[in-house]
Amino acid sequence: MSQVIRSPKMYDVCVIGSGAGGGTAAKILTEGGLSVALLEAGPPVNPEKDFKMFAWPYEFPHRGAGVGGHASENFGEFLAPNGAWDIDGEPYTSAPGANFQWFRSRIVGGRTNHWGRIALRFAPIDFKSGTRDGLGDDWPITYDDLAPYYDKVESYIGVFGTRENVSSAPDGVFLPPPKPRCTDLIVKKACDKLNITCIPSRLAILTRSLNGRLPCHYCGQCGRGCVTASNFSSSQVMIPPAMKTGKLTMITGAMAREVLLGKDGKAEGVSYIDKATRTEKRVNARAVVLAASACESARLLLNSKSSQFPDGLANSSGVVGRYLTDSVGSDGWGIIPQLEKMPPHNHDGVGGMHMYIPWWKFDRKNDFPRGYHIEFGGGRGMPGVGMFNHLLRDEEGYGASLKQRARESYGTGIGLAGRGEMIPNPDTYCEIDPDVVDKWGIPVLRFHFQWSDYELRQAKDMQETFRAIIEAAGGEYKTKTSIQGQYPFGIEAGGKIIHEVGTARMGADPKSSVLNGYCQSHDVKNVFVMDGAPLVTNPDKNPTLTIMALAWRASDYLLDEAKKGNL
Amino acid sequence: MSDNSVSRRDILRTLALGAVGGSVLQVIPAKAAEYAHQVVHKEKAASPSGKYAPKYFSPRQYETLTTLCDTIIPKDDKSGGAVEAGAPEFIDLLTSENEEYQLRLGGGLMWLDSFCSVRYSNPFLDCTPAQRKEVLDLIAFRKNAKQDLTLSQGVVFFAFLRRMTCDGFYTSKIGIADLQYIGNTSLREFPGCPPLPEA
Repeated sequence: MSQVIRSPKMYDVCVIGSGAGGGTAAKILTEGGLSVALLEAGPPVNPEKDFKMFAWPYEFPHRGAGVGGHASENFGEFLAPNGAWDIDGEPYTSAPGANFQWFRSRIVGGRTNHWGRIALRFAPIDFKSGTRDGLGDDWPITYDDLAPYYDKVESYIGVFGTRENVSSAPDGVFLPPPKPRCTDLIVKKACDKLNITCIPSRLAILTRSLNGRLPCHYCGQCGRGCVTASNFSSSQVMIPPAMKTGKLTMITGAMAREVLLGKDGKAEGVSYIDKATRTEKRVNARAVVLAASACESARLLLNSKSSQFPDGLANSSGVVGRYLTDSVGSDGWGIIPQLEKMPPHNHDGVGGMHMYIPWWKFDRKNDFPRGYHIEFGGGRGMPGVGMFNHLLRDEEGYGASLKQRARESYGTGIGLAGRGEMIPNPDTYCEIDPDVVDKWGIPVLRFHFQWSDYELRQAKDMQETFRAIIEAAGGEYKTKTSIQGQYPFGIEAGGKIIHEVGTARMGADPKSSVLNGYCQSHDVKNVFVMDGAPLVTNPDKNPTLTIMALAWRASDYLLDEAKKGNL
Repeated sequence: MSDNSVSRRDILRTLALGAVGGSVLQVIPAKAAEYAHQVVHKEKAASPSGKYAPKYFSPRQYETLTTLCDTIIPKDDKSGGAVEAGAPEFIDLLTSENEEYQLRLGGGLMWLDSFCSVRYSNPFLDCTPAQRKEVLDLIAFRKNAKQDLTLSQGVVFFAFLRRMTCDGFYTSKIGIADLQYIGNTSLREFPGCPPLPEA
């Protein structure tokens, strides 16, 4: 670290992070003619080598549980690399009484290599929910501002779905959806009885060929990564066209430490640790795009201190790290006897839900603000480690009878997962831990996290709905939750849903926001943030599609400003 | 080279034939097929064929573990049992890498032997079949621990071993076939749900 190696080359833009936001920025900016240096903290991804598509568990000695069984805690050994709750040498801390889990992925493409591919638009009301119910703030942009970019993203990456005209879940540019699985038909029928909306889901998976990418082959393993790129990942769909322009310089193993501020008050580059040599290096650029993930970008800004910005770059508002939210998550499951009678059949489908329940109670008074959607699945999936954990809580004994019970119960479970909107609160934020650095010498984040009654009431409503659906399907609801304990009504720890956003929010007022409506810093005009950090609210729609639409829009704006010489 | 890695390679090859020009992909699956195959093959080679040498358990403990696995999921007229499915190897491998498992399973096996020694003056393996059945019938059900607290550790141990044995069995070729899982293959279209039987 004593030696700072200076690279004389000047790039137009330095993009930090190669996931949903960074990949989109790299593609749009290079195609627009700018030279881009893309810093990625992890290694390159080699789909042909790294993705374990079509492997059977018995082809691996650990059977999918990973060394010491520990991969089970990180979604299993077959998950596309390199996502984990804990990364060796790169810790984060939680303040006393807080429990925040931070899932990070150090690899080209980031978390898009293994994400759930759920691609939902925010609704018009989501941009104005502050005005609607008085909680939190409105966005500085409207649905109409973003809609053309949702169109662009969906048209390019490929999303299946159907036009349904549900106001909480706007329609998009859709490929046809796959046929329903048996579990879908059963839940749909139960929902019809209960007047709950249940429609084909919207996932970034190709059911038709698109831009030379093959359509899905229905192995049900999207989370492992797809060798044919039939699902969306930044590494396979955004980075290659950027590379093709000849304008992209990809620097892997590059852990960004600080955005460097010039004497003119503009960012002039980024210093990073080259992990391979443990030396500090520097990229010079005329503009900087932070897309390292919401919390990682907040960390970078907070760690970029100068006399002009003693509390962190672009943080004159003091808002960086604040307004952190994750989705409200609560899960449940039940046994459906009807499924015991199903003949064996291929149930794999795409690697995700074929149908889902969008927020359907938007037209009535509820005892919590905002809403949630429900994801569901189950049935005759590929057997794997932990599959019978639920069954074994009830089924005891051993021998022939246990084996017969497992046989009968295989594929009879349906799991439901509620994903709802959290309202930002003053007790939930991230900041720099004053005492801890990671192994690269970079100060780490400390998380504060509290659910409020709003979220707990939402989780309670989820549990009641899950039970109603399972029972309407003639099944037995098995999940037991109560208001007691660390996880009331099954509410997950903060961060567990991996939808953490809001830590450098956009807004019209520079006193209470970090960015303008184009993801551009109010304070430093050539600094942009294009990941989950700009999101003002965290509606019950998974954030990735919106991150890409915002990044695309912001990149178009950046190109424009660059042309005008404004950066 | 197992039959299944060959079929995996073939699936990937078939996909490669369908790859189209102008793809945004940097890598088309032709190369992927060989590579993916090798990854699996290398993993397989790491586990030697023939008699398995336990990495964590003593030979005697491993024998007890094997006996217990066989009792938890035995061979029946439809399929083989947990031992044939490689469950003891799987459990031993994971235990050798995980200190918590070492306590729960290693300690659990010691508990079982000492429980049997007090009750029958013999460690588990030297007990008669009737004695073994008697002790397993005690620790295989949680309600027994509610009536007799001294069984509690045994019940917890057995529940954990039952879980691990099921994991080992139902991730094996035999176990997956026993459940009649159909899939992990490439389809042109997803066929959807066959006619649902009446609820």
